[in-house]
Amino acid sequence: MTLYERRRVGNVIALTLSWIATAVGLVILFLILWTLLRRGFTAIGPGFFTQMTPPPGSRGGLANAIYGSLVMTAVATLVGTPVGVLTGTYLAEFGRGSRVAPIVRFVNDILLSAPSIIIGLFVYELMVVRMGHFSAWAGSVALAIIVVPVVVRTTEDMLRLVPGSLREAAIALGAPQWKVTVSVIYRAALQGMLTGVMLAVARIAGETAPLLFTALNNQFWSTNMNGPMANLPYVIFQFALSPYADWQQLAWGGALLITFTILLLNILARFLAGWSNRTP
Amino acid sequence: MDLALSTGASGGLNGRRVQDAAFRGTTRVFAFGVLLLLGGIIVALAAGSLLAFSTFGWGFLTSQAWNPVKENFGALPAIYGTLVTSFIALLIGIPLAFGIAVFLTELCPPRLRRPIGTLIELLAAIPSIIYGIWGLFVLAPFLQSTVQPALIAVLGPLPVIGFLFRGPPLGLGVLTAGIILGFMVLPFIAAVSRDVFLTVPTMLRESAYGVGATTSEVVRHIVLPYTRVGVIGGIMLGLGRALGETMAVTFVIGNSHRIMPSLLAPGTTISATLANEFTEAVSPLYTSSLTGLGAILFVITFLVLAAAKLMLLRLEQRSAK
Repeated sequence: MTLYERRRVGNVIALTLSWIATAVGLVILFLILWTLLRRGFTAIGPGFFTQMTPPPGSRGGLANAIYGSLVMTAVATLVGTPVGVLTGTYLAEFGRGSRVAPIVRFVNDILLSAPSIIIGLFVYELMVVRMGHFSAWAGSVALAIIVVPVVVRTTEDMLRLVPGSLREAAIALGAPQWKVTVSVIYRAALQGMLTGVMLAVARIAGETAPLLFTALNNQFWSTNMNGPMANLPYVIFQFALSPYADWQQLAWGGALLITFTILLLNILARFLAGWSNRTP
Repeated sequence: MDLALSTGASGGLNGRRVQDAAFRGTTRVFAFGVLLLLGGIIVALAAGSLLAFSTFGWGFLTSQAWNPVKENFGALPAIYGTLVTSFIALLIGIPLAFGIAVFLTELCPPRLRRPIGTLIELLAAIPSIIYGIWGLFVLAPFLQSTVQPALIAVLGPLPVIGFLFRGPPLGLGVLTAGIILGFMVLPFIAAVSRDVFLTVPTMLRESAYGVGATTSEVVRHIVLPYTRVGVIGGIMLGLGRALGETMAVTFVIGNSHRIMPSLLAPGTTISATLANEFTEAVSPLYTSSLTGLGAILFVITFLVLAAAKLMLLRLEQRSAK
C-alpha cells in the first residue's frame, strides 16, 4: 500500500466512525422516544388527567401529581426568575471592572452544573428540618435554586449582545441608568431572556432528586403548600419501581407527558432564540 | 448659562443618582446572594455531616461498612461506585461525543448541521428519571440477554482484565449504570467540543487542507491541538454531570453496599444511596452519615467543575486575543 492509499484509507475509516457515532447518538434519542410513545400512549386515557393516583390494583390517573408539578414549577419560576435576572443584570451592566463579578460568574457556573440532589439536601437542612415536615414550599425553593443559575447565565449573555450604542443613545437623551436598563436594554433582550426562562422551566419540570427530601409525595389531592405534595417525577419514580402492572403503566404515561412537554419547551425556546438572533 | 442649567436641574439629578444607586445596589445584593447560596450549601453540608465525621473520624472515608442496624457507616463503597460508573461513562461518552463533534463541524452538510445538532442537544434535555426508567425496562434486559453473556464468554477468561467481567449476567449493575451515564454525558461533551472546534481559525484549517491534508489529519493535527484545553474542559464538565447524576443511576445500579470486583455486579453510588435511604433514615447518626456522603460528593464535583471552568476560561481568553 502506498503512503497515499494508507492516508486515504485511514481518513475513510476515521470519517466512517464519526458517522457511526452520530448515528448512535440519534438512535438512542429515537429509541427512548419510541419506547415512551409505545408504552406510555396506552396509559393516557380519559381518567389520566382527572383521577387521583390509585392504590395498587385499581384504576386511576395522575391528576394530583400533574397539579403538584405545575404548582411547584410555577412557584419556583416566579421566585427564581427575578433573582436570576437581577444577578445577570449586575454581571452584564454594573460588574465591569469589579472584583466580585468574576467570582459571582464562576460560582454561578458551578451551581449551574452542581448535582441537583445536593440542592435537595441543602433545602432539607434549611427548611424541612426547621419546619419539622416535608412541604411543597421546600420543593419549590429547591427548584427555584436550580432556576437561578440558568436565568443568570442567559440574562448576562443576552444583555451583553445588546449594542453599547443603544445604551449611550438612551443615556444621551437624559434617561437615568435604571430606566435605560429596564425599558431599553431589557426590551431589546426580552426574547433571549424569555428563552432562558423557558429552558429553566424545562430543566426543573423533570427534576426528581431535589424533590425527594423536600416535597416528598402525597397520594391524595392536596393544595396545601405547607404539606407534602404529589409531583410527577416522584410518582414516576415510585410507580416504575413498583411490582404492580397498572402502576408501571401510569409511570410510563407520566414519563411520556413530562418528556414531550420538556422537548416541546426546548424546541420552542430554540425557535424564539433563533428568531431574536435574526431581528437586530 | 451652563452653570444655571446644572444648578437648576440639581434636585432632579440627585434624585436620579439615588434611584440609580438603589437599582445598582439591588442587583448587587442579588449577585452576592448567589455567593451566599454557595456558602449556605457548604455550611449546611458541613453542619449536617459533623456528627458522622466526629463519630467515625477520617475512617468514614475508607470504611466499607454500611450497617444501619448497628449504626456503623463507611463511605468507600459509594465513593468507589461513583468513580467507577463515571469512568465507564467517560469511556463511552468521549468517543461518541468526539465523533459527533467532528461530524457536525467537518462532515455534515451545512443544511443539516442545525437540525442534527439540535437533536443531539435534546438528549441533554431528557430528564434523568426518563433515562432511569428506560434503562431499567429496555436497556438492562437487552444487556442481560445479549451483551453481558458475550462479555462474560469473551472477556471473562482473559488474564488481566477478566475479573471485571465474571459472574452472572444480572442486567442491573455498575456497568449498566455506567453505560446509561455515558449516554447522558454525551450531549454535554459533544456540545462543548463542537463549540470549541468552531473557534479554530478558518485560515489554519484551510492552510492544512491546502497542503493536502485529509480531513482526519486536519482534525488530529490542527483542530485537536488548538482546542485541547477546551475539549478537556468539556470532558470535565461531563464528568461533573456523571458524578452527581442521581435518578438514572438509582434505577439501574442494583443498590448494594459492597465493593465487588466485577463490573456486572450490583453496586451503589453516593447519589443513589442518598435517593434510596435518606427518607428512611431515622437515627441522627444515619442521617448525618448520608449528609456526609453528600458533602463528599459536593467536594468532588466542585473540584472537577472548577477545573473544567478554568480550562474553558483559558481557551476563551486565548480566542479573544
